[in-house]
Amino acid sequence: MARIDVNHIRHSYLPYPRKDSDFALKEVHHTFEDGGAYALLGPSGCGKTTLLNIISGLLHPSHGQLLFNGRDVTNLSTQERNIAQVFQFPVIYDTMTVYDNLAFPLRNRRVPEADVDRKVRETLDMIDLASLAKKKARGLTADQKQKISLGRGLVRSDVNAILFDEPLTVIDPHMKWVLRSQLKQLHRRFGYTMVYVTHDQTEALTFADRVVVMYDGEIVQIGTPAELFERPRHTFVGYFIGSPGMNVLPVALEGRTAKLGAQRIELPGVPHTATGKAEAGAVELGIRPEYVRLGREGMAVQVSKVEDVGRHKVVRANLEGREIAAVIGEDDEVPAEPKVRFDPAGINIYADSWLVEMARVEMGA
Amino acid sequence: MDKTWNNKAWFLVLPVLVLVAFSAVIPLMTVVNYSVQDTFGNNVFFWAGTEWFEELLHSDRFWEAMVRNLIFSFIILAIEVPLGIFIALNMPKKGWGVPVCLVLMALPLLIPWNVVGTIWQVFGRNDIGLLGYYVNALGFNYNYVQDPFDAWVTVIIMDVWHWTSLVVLLCYAGLVSIPDAFYQAAKIDGASRWAVFRYIQLPKMQRVLLIAVLLRFMDSFMIYTEPFVVTGGGPGNSTTFLSIDLVKTALGQFDLGPAAAMSLVYFLIILLLSWVFYTVMTNYDAER
Repeated sequence: MARIDVNHIRHSYLPYPRKDSDFALKEVHHTFEDGGAYALLGPSGCGKTTLLNIISGLLHPSHGQLLFNGRDVTNLSTQERNIAQVFQFPVIYDTMTVYDNLAFPLRNRRVPEADVDRKVRETLDMIDLASLAKKKARGLTADQKQKISLGRGLVRSDVNAILFDEPLTVIDPHMKWVLRSQLKQLHRRFGYTMVYVTHDQTEALTFADRVVVMYDGEIVQIGTPAELFERPRHTFVGYFIGSPGMNVLPVALEGRTAKLGAQRIELPGVPHTATGKAEAGAVELGIRPEYVRLGREGMAVQVSKVEDVGRHKVVRANLEGREIAAVIGEDDEVPAEPKVRFDPAGINIYADSWLVEMARVEMGA
Repeated sequence: MDKTWNNKAWFLVLPVLVLVAFSAVIPLMTVVNYSVQDTFGNNVFFWAGTEWFEELLHSDRFWEAMVRNLIFSFIILAIEVPLGIFIALNMPKKGWGVPVCLVLMALPLLIPWNVVGTIWQVFGRNDIGLLGYYVNALGFNYNYVQDPFDAWVTVIIMDVWHWTSLVVLLCYAGLVSIPDAFYQAAKIDGASRWAVFRYIQLPKMQRVLLIAVLLRFMDSFMIYTEPFVVTGGGPGNSTTFLSIDLVKTALGQFDLGPAAAMSLVYFLIILLLSWVFYTVMTNYDAER
């Protein structure tokens, strides 16, 4: 197991990158702690797979360094880095049995056959495939095949990290839950450093202790699932995480007040950049639908749609010409003259899409 | 049984049946007809029974041609399949090299067979042929017209030149269909170049290879045009393969009965061997 330092890494697929937009990975500087379970979350094309392949050594970064436990491994091959990686589509060696598939990485490394046998049997138990050991891998189901891919990573007990590249994409929904919780268990039992790439927020939030949100080749926020939910550092995080995503409304700041059209919204504190450079850029107010209170007081809205999603309802409404969403309880009704209030605890201010710090004061103080 | 039987459906397949009857069944029946009769011309036929078949099966000429043909097929398969795989493995997977290689590979396949024969017939000539002249200039005594060994070498090289491309293209199609993840996983598993070939590329090429071997076997077993143009079956009978022998019998000597019997036996052999090949290889496939 290892701590992985991604040291100012930039990567471009073009031979001579010039502009910032030529880079698939603009600049990533981050440390994956030893034994941590991380998720790299972001939309397609944000550079998360690129980052993963740089860590595993399938790609050589254009700039920057990669350290394992402080040792520079940037120029080492995948094999020398001793990394396990599970891919989006199950990779199995068709002509081999399940047993031989798992033994393959060990035999390639010339591990004595007695050790191979012991390790393979252990791993087979771990991934629950012991009963299929003698079967040809070809005839298995997708989730069994993906387990073999995973097993080939686990069988080498000394791997520095296990990387997952959207490993559950081709798995049936109910098996996804099973496999994900098995991964979680393996992580708790053996303390592997795990990095899990996904574009599915549920997968990221349930798997990882810390979620790294990427957007357009950059890391926009690293945090626990709760932090990502409460204080998105970038409007993208607000929009990408949560269902529905955060409401983002353009406002003008005036001390502790935000002006949205004719409405004035009291802020929980004075944004640090309220009177400064940020004035030049676009100032936005972000509030999650969960913090929008629908009732008889506050700002008047026109409700356009109510979606019943089961445990709660999502109300789509129009506030000062802006589309906003609010979440209300399953049994709550939309009042005849609907009005909304923003819960101050959920209000965030963004300048140029980035979160602005606020000295939060207790309301009513 | 709740199956509905509707015999009117036969009318829908009737056009195909008629077409096949005229293009395959009726001509084949004509051959069957010839094979059991004898004639001295003037369209007068006598019943001959199994005489031609018995004669054929005791004829050295037939068995020699058959052995020659089997050896030929075996040699060209042994060369073209490994060579084809090797070339396909080394062809570029992306970039401008792909169309260039594909076109180069397809060229021999696009040339009419008798032209291929003519090209090599001229190419190998001692007096004006590029190959023949320089091989002799280098001190080798090469003459495909007189030396049976040289004739064989020429015919085999010609076939390799003409048909390896087919194996290459089929293998290449199998190779490019392998997702990158397999190579990446192999890297992570620390697989050697040989292991990648043995456990990833070869299994993925298996189906196309089966087709390649079948096609090349059938084609080489029925080879006619190219050796006919280059050597005419000679020197002596050294490159007289089954089909050349057949044409000699049927059109050279106009022995319709023996030729018909030979065609039928020939046809059955190809059918049988292809069936054996196919069954063996698909069973092998199913087991794995």
